[in-house]
Amino acid sequence: MAGWAIAVHGGAGVDPNLPADRQEEAKQLLTRCLNLGIDALRSSLSAIDVVELVVRELETDPLFNSGRGSALTENGTVEMEASIMDGSGRRCGAVSGLTTVKNPISLARLVMDKSPHSYLAFSGAEKFAKQMSPIHMNGLPISIYAPETVGCVVVDSEGRCAAATSTGGLLNKRMGRIGDSPLIGAGTYAGELCGVSCTGEGEAIIRGTLAREVGAVMEYKGLGLQEAVDFVIKERLDEGKAGLIAVSNTGEVAYGFNCVGMFRGCATENGFMEVGIWE
Amino acid sequence: MGWAIALHGGAGAIPVDLPPERLEPREAALRRILQIGVSALNARCSPLDVVELVVRELENCPHFNAGKGSVLTTNGTVEMEACIMDGNSKRCGAVSGVSTVVNPISLARQVMEKTPHIYLAFDGAEAFAREQGLETIDESHFITTENIERLKQAKEANRVQQDYTPPFKPEDKKETPVPDGDSKLGTVGCVAVDSLGNLAAATSTGGLVNKMVGRIGDTPIIGAGTYANKFCAISATGIGEAIIRETVARDVAAVMEYKGLGLKEAADYIVHQVSPKGTTGLVAVSSTGEVAMPFNTTGMFRACATEDGFTEVATWAI
Repeated sequence: MAGWAIAVHGGAGVDPNLPADRQEEAKQLLTRCLNLGIDALRSSLSAIDVVELVVRELETDPLFNSGRGSALTENGTVEMEASIMDGSGRRCGAVSGLTTVKNPISLARLVMDKSPHSYLAFSGAEKFAKQMSPIHMNGLPISIYAPETVGCVVVDSEGRCAAATSTGGLLNKRMGRIGDSPLIGAGTYAGELCGVSCTGEGEAIIRGTLAREVGAVMEYKGLGLQEAVDFVIKERLDEGKAGLIAVSNTGEVAYGFNCVGMFRGCATENGFMEVGIWE
Repeated sequence: MGWAIALHGGAGAIPVDLPPERLEPREAALRRILQIGVSALNARCSPLDVVELVVRELENCPHFNAGKGSVLTTNGTVEMEACIMDGNSKRCGAVSGVSTVVNPISLARQVMEKTPHIYLAFDGAEAFAREQGLETIDESHFITTENIERLKQAKEANRVQQDYTPPFKPEDKKETPVPDGDSKLGTVGCVAVDSLGNLAAATSTGGLVNKMVGRIGDTPIIGAGTYANKFCAISATGIGEAIIRETVARDVAAVMEYKGLGLKEAADYIVHQVSPKGTTGLVAVSSTGEVAMPFNTTGMFRACATEDGFTEVATWAI
């Protein structure tokens, strides 16, 4: 049986003038989150638990735009969104329009596990959060350098894939605008064969149903993971700029992006580990 | 090849003994609205205009779960959603949580045409509607006595009801019989292709009876309930949560593209082999003028026509 694999991202489309110290900070955060996920995998946590755990960590750190680092809408309000999907069974949960929830990805998980629905938004989602447990207020400084999304994909040692994505969305976006991160098939997807999390221009990712596309070409065209990722990035984005991370049920990990950079990290059970920003 | 059009008024456990007074107004509406779509195609309107026009009519008709006649949330309110997609450009627009806009599908179209975004929801969608000068009305306009009754029954049975089917909550061990409150409603949608192979899809809904406030279904999710590219256009209906996880609309097109299946084969494969029974129906047209309307539920209110004169209006399997 193939071993586990994990990948994380902190957003695609990096400022080419990003100061060296910020680049270093980003790489340290990615490394720390990878290690958190690796420890969890070594303790035999399931893929779905690991992706939630890792994205919570990425949400909590203000460096990337998610949770505490969320970008503001044009009205100066925060609207966070997230989605999570468990490849075995393809259950999913998503949330949008959150303003007080500290960890949107955990609320998405609760939607999946504890509600009859798959996607809750705005006041309904906030109300559900209050019903579930005391989940605390946040709302802190914007990260001006990397206003992007975070995500994690994992395949555990049982071959189960999972994916999770979380974001505060576009800087200065219109109130009520929903991007790709909470949309199953666009920003997030996990099935029998793979787990995928995307980041970049939300509208291009939605139009390209990017996350599902990786799974679809593997399933229907028989492509391997890296081939599928390369195909999707090259052929399904048109003029859009985006990136994605992916794992397969055979323990592989892959990523691809067609923009200037993507904050990412990946590791596999056989000891491979890599953190990067540029090509 | 000529044009083709298909539309639906929802799939679900529509009982075969549905009384005529419940069936006839719906089939009559489908017939009338199909004609409107056909006339527009004969007048060489673009498929994008045609699907919007047809869905507006379906939204205005109180017999279907969209626009006027939308089912109610657990709070007794209306939260409508809609989505439209143009096959050539893959431009799309979607809205959720709309409660005062008379035609949500037109709002979705405005999001597509007038913003750099794809999807607006709740207060943001409502504010945008007013900015664009779309027709809005008091929420009570959309609420029908039948839906108030449906909600009451669903609450008494303590479940979220998808249109016609018995409860599907995992905790429910035994099936509670559906009281004949006639929750025989569903999402509405339309797909069309013109003689040049241009495709478009549109879907609109009030969602699930007794849904949690803020619940979003498959309709506004590109690739789930609605999708169009240069191969085909799809509008799906059924249990939203199942359609989302199966990425139904995108998968029909993907199977055509990647496995080289024709439209009917692809649609049948997704509906009958992949989607769980009792959850999904869809209408589809392809760039070569084919039409497919498969469903794995008891019935689906549907209608279709092709330029060579074929028409069909039906509820159960033929």
